[in-house]
Amino acid sequence: MNAFRDAGHLFRLAGVFAAGVLLFLVLRSFLVPKSFGEYGHYRGNALAEIAARPVNFAGHETCETCHADVLEKKRDGKHAHVNCEACHGPLAKHADDPSSVTPAKLDAAVLCVRCHEANAAKPKSFPQVVSADHSNGLPCDTCHQPHSPAIAAEPAK
Amino acid sequence: MQGVEGFMYPNEVELQWSVLIVLYPFLTGLVAGAFILASLERVFNVEAVKPTYRLALLTALAFLLIAPLPLQLHLGHPERSFEMYLTPHTTSAMAMFGFVYLWYLMAVLVLEIWLDYRRDIVLLSQSTTGVTRLIYRAMTLGSSNISERALHIDERAGWLITVIGIPSAFLLHGYVGFIFGSIKANPWWSSPLMPVVFIFSAMVSGIATVMLVYMFLTWSRKQTIDMRCVDTVARYLFYIFIIDFTLEMLDLIHRIYESDESFRSLDFMVHTKLYVSHIVVQIFLGTVTPILLLGATQVLNLTDRARKRIYGLAGCLTLIGIFAMRWNVVIGGQLFSKSFLGYTTYKMGLVTREGLLTAIVLTVLPLVILWVLVKLLPPWPERHTRPDSVIAHAR
Repeated sequence: MNAFRDAGHLFRLAGVFAAGVLLFLVLRSFLVPKSFGEYGHYRGNALAEIAARPVNFAGHETCETCHADVLEKKRDGKHAHVNCEACHGPLAKHADDPSSVTPAKLDAAVLCVRCHEANAAKPKSFPQVVSADHSNGLPCDTCHQPHSPAIAAEPAK
Repeated sequence: MQGVEGFMYPNEVELQWSVLIVLYPFLTGLVAGAFILASLERVFNVEAVKPTYRLALLTALAFLLIAPLPLQLHLGHPERSFEMYLTPHTTSAMAMFGFVYLWYLMAVLVLEIWLDYRRDIVLLSQSTTGVTRLIYRAMTLGSSNISERALHIDERAGWLITVIGIPSAFLLHGYVGFIFGSIKANPWWSSPLMPVVFIFSAMVSGIATVMLVYMFLTWSRKQTIDMRCVDTVARYLFYIFIIDFTLEMLDLIHRIYESDESFRSLDFMVHTKLYVSHIVVQIFLGTVTPILLLGATQVLNLTDRARKRIYGLAGCLTLIGIFAMRWNVVIGGQLFSKSFLGYTTYKMGLVTREGLLTAIVLTVLPLVILWVLVKLLPPWPERHTRPDSVIAHAR
């Protein structure tokens, strides 16, 4: 009995710890979203929330329904598998209302080097140039047709 | 590109882990080392280091409270870090560390300090007034039982906690080495020796810190430094430093002998970009010199005054050396390219969130906390009120 009395402070300490753990568990039950762990180690509701976000990209199939001529140009070129919106940007709003939302004109001098500026980290087989030396400041589309960029493939004008 | 030599992959050009990530293992190491020094007296019955026992515990607590701050300041969203307690992922070493940290802080350090100081706290709660009295009363948890039997129970419980605390301290700092050692994509870090090297370097830095703090505080209080105590602490520092240096050299020799595909690149880095911080500061200035200085105090018959100066100098050099070791691990591991063909440069910000000023503040802050703790819970031998009969009975 005496041992219990003399260890009373340790029981008080254990009580403080227990209260701390309890407080943590109560807080945890409030702070952890209910849908956490529903599918994996994340908030289950996040899937629905992400799905509900507005669509920005129309997808190349949508573009091709109107711009069949571009598809024709691209088909045999090096950019055949580059999606329209990779260069033109997300255009779902344009697809929804083509007459009032028109995409901005692209600046080939800025756009092309994003992929084709020479960098030792890129595979050697990938076409790349030191733009300052290669075009002498001229925009790329002076010589290259972006939808089918190989110059040899250009039909004679 | 400025500061970049040879071929770097684009994502390697800028260093992601800054000086704060250097500071983090440095601070954590001081905690583990200080605690292990404290355990010498408690578990291994090294009576000579008794004057540093409480100071070592308070030092460990002061540094442990600040240790996570460098990580918090590194995070883009520090407020989210709490989520690792709410929804921990068992495969995340960082998340598991959160629990190791909490365990060490609450179940080991705070508990041991409380048990050791309980008699003082009760007496102080009766002798002080005002707000201080309230603080001490809260710390007593409403129990003022300081009977011999109650203190005996405290002593036994404290001993048990220290025994649990030693592997916990190893776990705490071994984890920091583990975080680096387990990154298999980085040959500078990926080594199973990393946790062991980190633990021993932690012990070295912690013991050096407590030695310096003890000497400084005793000097500032115009008291006599207990040379038997400092000699013993310095002797332990010397032995552990030799083990630490041997392990680091073992790691180095192993790397040289193994000479894997990364070796030439890392060797070049050590001889160029890391030469000053690794060879000059870490190895010669921060390891070999203090070992020789401490060795000299063991071999030569020096006066107290000379030994004190040597301990002071060796302690400071040790801390510089251990900081340089953390620097070379963290920063060095990010200076070379995975292609082994290029090197980048670390440009430290000065007055930025992860810059030099923040690092200095985070280094000084634990000392401020230590000052407050020392005021609140005086660790001095004359206030050391554990009756020897109780201690003898407990063992």
